[in-house]
Amino acid sequence: MSALRILVPVKRVIDYAVKPRVNKAQTAVETAGVKHSMNPFDELSVEESVRIREKKRAPGGVEDICVISAGPTKAQDVLRTAMAMGADRGIHVEMKEGEELEPLSVAKMLQKAVEEQRSNLVVLGKQSIDDDAAQTGQMLAGLLGWPQATQASRVEFGEGDSVSVTCEVDGGVQTLRAKLPMIITTDLRLNEPRYASLPNIMKAKKKPMEKKKLADFGITTDKRLKVLKVTEPAPRQGGGKVEDVDGLISKLKELGAI
Amino acid sequence: MLSATRRAVWAQSRSRLAQPSCPAYSFSPSALRRLASSLAILEQRDGKLNHGSLSAITAAQKLGGSVHAFVAGSNVKPVAEEAAKVDGVEKIIAVENAAYEKGLPENYAPLLVENIKKGGYTHIIAGHTAFGKNLLPRVAALLDSQQISDITGIENETTFVRPIYAGNAIATVESSDPVKVITIRGTAFAPAEVASGSAAVEDGVDSKPESPTEWVSEELAKSDRPDLATAGKVVSGGRGLKSKEEFDRIMQPLADSLGAAIGASRAAVDSGYADNSLQVGQTGKVVAPQMYMAVGISGAIQHLAGMKDSKVIAAINKDADAPIFQVADVGLVGDLFEKVPELTEKLKKA
Repeated sequence: MSALRILVPVKRVIDYAVKPRVNKAQTAVETAGVKHSMNPFDELSVEESVRIREKKRAPGGVEDICVISAGPTKAQDVLRTAMAMGADRGIHVEMKEGEELEPLSVAKMLQKAVEEQRSNLVVLGKQSIDDDAAQTGQMLAGLLGWPQATQASRVEFGEGDSVSVTCEVDGGVQTLRAKLPMIITTDLRLNEPRYASLPNIMKAKKKPMEKKKLADFGITTDKRLKVLKVTEPAPRQGGGKVEDVDGLISKLKELGAI
Repeated sequence: MLSATRRAVWAQSRSRLAQPSCPAYSFSPSALRRLASSLAILEQRDGKLNHGSLSAITAAQKLGGSVHAFVAGSNVKPVAEEAAKVDGVEKIIAVENAAYEKGLPENYAPLLVENIKKGGYTHIIAGHTAFGKNLLPRVAALLDSQQISDITGIENETTFVRPIYAGNAIATVESSDPVKVITIRGTAFAPAEVASGSAAVEDGVDSKPESPTEWVSEELAKSDRPDLATAGKVVSGGRGLKSKEEFDRIMQPLADSLGAAIGASRAAVDSGYADNSLQVGQTGKVVAPQMYMAVGISGAIQHLAGMKDSKVIAAINKDADAPIFQVADVGLVGDLFEKVPELTEKLKKA
C-alpha cells in the first residue's frame, strides 16, 4: 500500500458564531474588523488527517500532511492553526486583501498543487460557511478524474490502496469503496477537532511555510460569476409570546398554521 | 465588425443545428441570447421518481425556452413515463443502465456531459440535495463552468439569487458561462405537477463510462412520517429534550397529533437524541413548511438558516431570552416537559 501524502485545503472565513452584516454599498458582507477563523469543515479535514497518522489507520502509513490556503496574509493564521493541530507544513498562496477565488479556480489551483506535491489523498471540507457553495472537492475530483466521497462521516483504509467511506446522504448513510488516489469531503459527524495546545502552537511556528502566487498555478482572480448585489434577507418579525398552551393553539389557528 | 458578429452567430447556430435533437434557433443574435434550453436532472430510486426533484423542472420553466428532463438508472422507463406527464416538458431523456442506479458521480457525470453536449443545453438544473450536490460540481468542472449553488430565485437566464453566509445575506449573481450549471433550493421552487403532459421519451447517449468507485451499502432511516424536506408541518427538538428517550417520548406524539415530520437541531443530533438525517440547519436540511415548531431549541444562526423561511414559526422554550423568540410568530415560555404533553393532548381533542 502506498504511503499517504495528504493535501488539506483550508479556508479562512468569518467565524461561524459571528452574525455577518451586509456592507452599506450592498456589494458584499462586511469583513473588516470581524473575527475570522478556519472554516469549521476544514478543521474536521485536518483532524481526520492527523488521526489517520496517530491511530496508524492506513496500512501504508502517512508520509506527509500538507495544508494549503489561498488568501491574504492573514490566511497564514489558519495554516499555522492547522500545523498546530498536527499538519507537517503549509503552502500559502498569496492574494491581496479583498480578492477572492471562485470554487472552480480553487479546484484548478488544487489540481496543480496535487501534481506538484504528489498527493494521493485530498481531504476537503464539504462546504465553506461563507459562500455555502459545496463545490470545490467535487470539481477537483472531476478535474483529476479521481474517485470522490462527499460528506464523509467515517473513513477506513483497507489493503491494496482501498478506502471505504461512509457518506451522509438524504435519509441516511451510504458506504462507498474506491482506491487511492481519491478525494474526500468531510461532514460534521466525522470527528471532533482538537484544540491546538500552546506548546504545539509554538512548535507550529517553526514548521515550514512555503509562499506561492496564483500565477505559479496559472490562476487569475477573473470571475465567471459577477456579484451584482448583496442584500440583507427580509427581516422576520417576531409575533410576541402567549401565556399558555391554549393561547398557543388559538394563535396557531388564527395564523392558519393548524 | 458587423459581419464578423454575424459569422460568429452563424457558426454557433450551425454547430447547434448539426445536432439533431436541438431545437431550431432563430438567426437573430438577440433571439439566440434569449432562448434558453434547459435540462432538468431528475432523481429516482428503485424505479420510483423522487417527486421533490420535479422542482428542477419548475425552475427550468421559469427560465423560459425548451425544457427537457434527464433520468438514468436500472429501471427508469416507468420513471420517464411518469415524468413525461409533467406539463411543459418537451422531452424526457432516459438512460437505462444499472451502472447509474446509485448516482455515482464518477460515471454519472461523464454520462451527463455527453448528453448535455449532444442536446446543446444552456442550463443544467438539479436539486441541491445530497445527489445534486455530489454530482453537479463534477459536471460543472468537466464543462469548465462555475456552478451556481442552491439558488432561491431566477431573475433572468443569466442572473440568479442565492443565500450566502447561512442565509444571513442574499447575493444576486450574473453568470457569464455559456452553459450554466445550477442547483436549486427545493423549498423555493414547488415541484412541477404530474398532469396531462405528453413529452416524448427518448433514449439518451450511453457512452458507458466506468466508475472507479464501488457502491457498497446504505442504511436509510425508516419513517412513516412525512418526509422532512417536503412536509407541510415540522416539529423540531433540541438540546432541551435532554435524552433520546425523552426526545422520542415527547416529540413523536406531538408530531403524530399534527401529522408533522420530526426535525432536530444539531445539538440534539450530536448528543445522539435524533438521527443525523433529521438535522435542520445550514449543515443539515433546509425546510420551509407551513408550520415549524421549535421545541427546546435556542435558535443559533446555523439552525435559523435551515428554517427561517417557514410560513409560521412557533417556539416553546423555558428561556424567555432565547433568540428563537425573535423570529417566532408565536412563542410560549415554559418547561417543554409540561407544555408539550399538554399541547399534544389538546391537539388530539381539537
